[in-house]
Amino acid sequence: MYWNPKYECMPRDEIKQLQLERLRQTLERAYHNVPHYRRIMQEIGFEPEDLKSLEDLRNLPFTSKKDLRENYPYGMFAVSLSEVIRIHSSSGTTGKPTVVGYTRHDINIWSEIMARTLVTAGVHKSDVIQNAYGYGLFTGGLGIHYGAEKIGATIIPVSGGNTKRQVMIMKDYGTTVLTCTPSYSLHIAETIEEMGISKDELKLRIGIFGAEPWSENMRREIEERLNISAIDIYGLSEIIGPGVAIECPYKNGLHVHEDHFIVEVIDPKTGEILPPGERGELVFTSLTKEALPMIRYRTGDISRIIEEPCPCGRTSVKIGRIEGRTDDMIIIRGVNVFPSQIEHVLLEIGQTEPHYQLVIDRIGYLDILEVQVEVSEKMFSDDVKSLEILSKKIQNEIESTLGISVKVKLVEPKTFERSEGKAKRVIDKRKI
Amino acid sequence: MLVKQLSVFLENTPGRLYSVTSVLAENDVKIRALMLADTADFGVLRLIVDEPEKTLKILQEKGYAAKITNAIAIEVCDSPFQQMQKILKLLSEQNINVEYMYAFSGETPGKALVVFRVDDLETAMEYLKREKMTV
Repeated sequence: MYWNPKYECMPRDEIKQLQLERLRQTLERAYHNVPHYRRIMQEIGFEPEDLKSLEDLRNLPFTSKKDLRENYPYGMFAVSLSEVIRIHSSSGTTGKPTVVGYTRHDINIWSEIMARTLVTAGVHKSDVIQNAYGYGLFTGGLGIHYGAEKIGATIIPVSGGNTKRQVMIMKDYGTTVLTCTPSYSLHIAETIEEMGISKDELKLRIGIFGAEPWSENMRREIEERLNISAIDIYGLSEIIGPGVAIECPYKNGLHVHEDHFIVEVIDPKTGEILPPGERGELVFTSLTKEALPMIRYRTGDISRIIEEPCPCGRTSVKIGRIEGRTDDMIIIRGVNVFPSQIEHVLLEIGQTEPHYQLVIDRIGYLDILEVQVEVSEKMFSDDVKSLEILSKKIQNEIESTLGISVKVKLVEPKTFERSEGKAKRVIDKRKI
Repeated sequence: MLVKQLSVFLENTPGRLYSVTSVLAENDVKIRALMLADTADFGVLRLIVDEPEKTLKILQEKGYAAKITNAIAIEVCDSPFQQMQKILKLLSEQNINVEYMYAFSGETPGKALVVFRVDDLETAMEYLKREKMTV
């Protein structure tokens, strides 16, 4: 089922042509209306008409959260405030908040993108959507809301929190689609079980989960406990909000709405563009946004581009599940490694809350990565053989994920300090 | 006789064995038998103690990965070969795999206790009883 088959199934060469035309307009708008963009283009001697092909985009500098903060609050807007009909912003927990604005046209485009997103996830007009994303400055709540209204589904704007009431609504109002963060869905599942409600009393069939990283293992757990199909959604307010990319029911990557965004994957250290399939930082360029055009915005999110055609018939490229943040990256033998990749492997192998540490050392000229994994009660077996098999399995899975050889060492429980905040995952002993 | 054997995960580094036996000593746990299996990186310590359940709790509270497994203990003559052979033959006839075994001197003079860990505990127990082995 498609919402807008013209764009969703557009032949690749036509998409590229459309992107080129829209990119040109975006650069024009940015150059003439945003002093920051004009300055960085002038610094490298680039004029919007120098854009001859999509490949020329790579000559332009990146935009980062820092640029948004330096131009706080409205310095990056390409329209006057009178044209802006909505403001959203980040919470600003890690510094000044980032402020984003939307013109009426932007809101329409976002609604269209969200309608497409919901339909791609399998939502129909006849569905009852319980939207447990927060309403407010956070884009999640209102983003889903406008998309749901656009397709004519029934939306319940319950917002987050008050889990017992969520369950009551879900049961009594006949919710068929749940939208929230993946961790909150598990909390809801737990509450349903505690309240003694059986899955048969619910009409739930689809969950659309995002705004935080999750794993395939978590997907299986959610699907089983709520008896639904769990779909991954990706977005960020700087680009538009939720709906930048969405999984179809084949669940083999998230479709990017390429008529509105260009996606690139770069090496976060060098800025070099990486070929499809390779992991790196996601970079997005907006193609239709009026209030806040974004040129090569570095998301800090780690993923990869999937170019293989999708059996659903949509022609867009896809991105893989978000695997981590660039802030955690380490380089071993020239390969970028993210602790979250290793955490995913451990989760897949069945550890619910893996405790591990990565120790990197250089012996001679060779970097050695040792993955130390605490043996949990659940993993431990009296049988030496099964422990060795487990260790080997962890090693094989990590090696096939990272593409480099590693050493796995099983260590006793509570070897690693438990801290309130972020655990210390990486010990780099290399003297470089 | 079915015995509850306590298994503890240990890293193969100096002091780990001492650390776990210290916990046992502090809590006055009586060790009847002990066996350590090792690999390059880790080991599994197996213990027969007087109060396995209580000891398990103590070790888990101290943060060790430990669990109780069932094993078979059989009393054999101190010159055990004939009797041992008989037991092993019986297990082999039933296609039961002995994963590991260890022996220690029992309380009856002139007798030794052998602990077997097998893959099919129930069948093993059944046949050993049928053959009137002191199990």
